[in-house]
Amino acid sequence: MTMKANTRQVDGVTIVDLSGRITLGEGSVILRDTVRDLVGKGSKKILLNLGEVNYIDSSGIGELVSAFTSVRNQGGELKLLNLTKKVHDLLQITKLYTVFDVKDDETAAIKSFK
Amino acid sequence: MKTSHMVGKRVSLTLDSTLDSVNSAEESATRFASGAGFDEDEIARISMAVREATVNAVLHGNAYDPAKKVGLVLERTRDSMVITITDQGQGLDPGKIPDPLAPENLLKQSGRGIFLIRAFMDEVQIRMLHPGTEIKLIKHVPGVAGDSKEASQ
Repeated sequence: MTMKANTRQVDGVTIVDLSGRITLGEGSVILRDTVRDLVGKGSKKILLNLGEVNYIDSSGIGELVSAFTSVRNQGGELKLLNLTKKVHDLLQITKLYTVFDVKDDETAAIKSFK
Repeated sequence: MKTSHMVGKRVSLTLDSTLDSVNSAEESATRFASGAGFDEDEIARISMAVREATVNAVLHGNAYDPAKKVGLVLERTRDSMVITITDQGQGLDPGKIPDPLAPENLLKQSGRGIFLIRAFMDEVQIRMLHPGTEIKLIKHVPGVAGDSKEASQ
């Protein structure tokens, strides 16, 4: 399944609805370009909705980490929303679950941004 | 280009050093693991381990060199599924693989492939071929009293 990224704005937070596979190649590139574009436009509150992401490999995990650090380096915040079990387990195994701010409710996630 | 041979419970493929080969290897592993009787979760783990190992072979081993090939062998032994992936690159020294869980590596973009492979498989053997690298991934079939040495070299 091809990776897709749709962006919307809610109360000053940019929500990126991702679906498909975030893997080496197209999926990772779409994620990288989307976040780079948002950072370039000055977005500092970014919420990645991974509810429809059914597969992620080590390259995809790397892109999530890279997105997290690039937004943070610009003084912003990047949070994750609606992890599927597979993605949740991978972040646990790689000890990244506690690095990311992970949310499971969109409204609460939006309010959590400073 | 992909060439394949299937003899009994053994499938052997020779793959080009491309991203398409990564997907082919993953799909072959999924089919083979399904046929070997693993459950859905184990099939997903095996397939991901094969994907990660093939990415390493294509990307870090052969560096997309069209003259270099990736070998993939899927075998069903009495008690295990054994997957052997080889490349023709510089060679990966297993003693020099950084720990991705170390605090200084946690936020690095890469370096988690071998770690995930080890997390998902029962046994992982890495051997330098001079040139190239061979990685052998072993998953025991549940409920089969085992002699895992059958799969080892």
